Amino acid sequence: MYIKQLSVFVENKSGRLAEITSTIAKAGIDIRALSIADTTDFGILRLVVDKPFEAEKALKEAGLTVSLTDVIAVGIPDRPGGFAETMCKIADKDVGVEYMYAFISRDHDRAYLIMRVADNEKAIAALVAHGCEILSGDSVYKL
Amino acid sequence: MENRIFNRDMECMPRKELEALQLERLKSLVDYCEKNSKFYAERLKKAGVTADKIKCLSDIEYIPYTTKDDLRDTYPFGMLSVPKEKIVRVHASSGTTGNPTVVAYTREDLENWSEQVARLAMAAGAHEGTTVQICFGYGMFTGALGLHYGLEKIGAVVVPTSSGNTEKQLKFMRDFQTDAIVATPSYCMYLAEAARSMQDKYPMSSYNLKYGILGSEGSTPEMRTEIENHWGNGFFCTDNYGMSELNGPGMSGECMYRDGLHINEDHFYCEVIDSVSGRTLDKGSTGELVVTNLTKRGLPMIRYRTKDITNINYDACKCGRTTARMHKIIGRSDDMIKVRGVNVFPSQVESALIGINGISPNYLIVLRREGYSDSMEVRVELVDGSLLDRYGELVALQKRIHDNIKNILGIEIKVNLVEPNSIERFTGKAKRVLDLRNEK
Repeated sequence: MYIKQLSVFVENKSGRLAEITSTIAKAGIDIRALSIADTTDFGILRLVVDKPFEAEKALKEAGLTVSLTDVIAVGIPDRPGGFAETMCKIADKDVGVEYMYAFISRDHDRAYLIMRVADNEKAIAALVAHGCEILSGDSVYKL
Repeated sequence: MENRIFNRDMECMPRKELEALQLERLKSLVDYCEKNSKFYAERLKKAGVTADKIKCLSDIEYIPYTTKDDLRDTYPFGMLSVPKEKIVRVHASSGTTGNPTVVAYTREDLENWSEQVARLAMAAGAHEGTTVQICFGYGMFTGALGLHYGLEKIGAVVVPTSSGNTEKQLKFMRDFQTDAIVATPSYCMYLAEAARSMQDKYPMSSYNLKYGILGSEGSTPEMRTEIENHWGNGFFCTDNYGMSELNGPGMSGECMYRDGLHINEDHFYCEVIDSVSGRTLDKGSTGELVVTNLTKRGLPMIRYRTKDITNINYDACKCGRTTARMHKIIGRSDDMIKVRGVNVFPSQVESALIGINGISPNYLIVLRREGYSDSMEVRVELVDGSLLDRYGELVALQKRIHDNIKNILGIEIKVNLVEPNSIERFTGKAKRVLDLRNEK
């Protein structure tokens, strides 16, 4: 039901992102999706990768502050209004979204959302009730 | 704990009488130095001060300060004001840099010193018949022998175990049913941890320890609580203060109310000065403590700059003593930095960070000049990954650190969270301040 996402604390200095992503590259880890939120001082890098536990280990060994969180991955139709419709379903149930990011798939008519919501179960129930596709961890890691 | 006072006449004297006694003793000290101390006679002459010119206590400000360098420069016996044969004891500081500082005592000096220690030891809970283990290292260091003689004076059962050999310390503590220990805060904590690790064999209830008479290094109230909880069973710690240049331990100590350290004012006249300008500050201000030992004769000490930062409260204490109380040492004047005209000690930032979860105790203060104003940034390492889930939690953590530090320092600062281990580690004394204000 949930997929594992890595959050990495990143100081805002040049070259830091390159160093961090090189660390996981050396561990042979493939990135599926990423997003970064930042202020002027620091940022949080969020990653969905093919081997989340190995990635966590590699990043911790490199001395970074890391956490693994359960997030929801939703498949949505890649057409005008596809995203808006999905959002309406969650909003109807009053589920707050902490953050999200999206990417399109190799199939030309699918897109995926990675969502961190206040109440995972409530969000999934709302999405499933409206026929949305909830992706399992394995299916996302193998994308 | 019972409120016992060793020398009610001196410790509870009305302040007016106390100040009159201080003035009388100051005059006789100056007179004595003019006649007997080559070192001070020269200084007093240069400053144009004689005993009869001293009309009130603040006239002491005409006499120049004495510093640790004076003691080093006159090593070993250049500041003695009696022939060496009249000295009955010599102590010395460790002297990590350059010559050690040597101090010397006449028989009368030792008697006064014991009296001073007896008072603080009784304020800390010891009395006749109390079994006290002295876990300070005996030797050239003044701590152990200072407490030793003071405790004997009040009739305590003194057990001079010295420092080290923890298992033996604990064995005596159980077998003798030791009531109190004299130790540094860190050794007292170490002993408690060692006792706890042997609980299977010797439960904590096999100890009778009630009082910790702690000194020779500073401790925060948080550390004190931790030590007390470690020993448990109502263990009660007090802090005392002194330094070899001013006899040793005995200058001041906490009573059961622990609201400042009572100064033995009939023996010590204290001033608080601005350590940069050298100006004497108003009563109650925070600054460098300067102490005159009014009764010491073997090696007199007038206006000694301690480099310790504190403030003094002259209000009467609940315990009945009228002697002024000095605040626990806030910092060292050597560590002090000035930011936008405000005195800042790294130790203040340290205490603001205690109790905040998710960060390491390591920090770095970075000072910059922006336009004509100073800016202060505090870098703190984030170690707890669980805060990364919600951005708001990181912002809240940053705000909590900011508010804590700002409340203590009273100036605006900027907090920056940085990655773990990104602040340089030091094996010895940590470097906590990076001052970039004069860099272009």
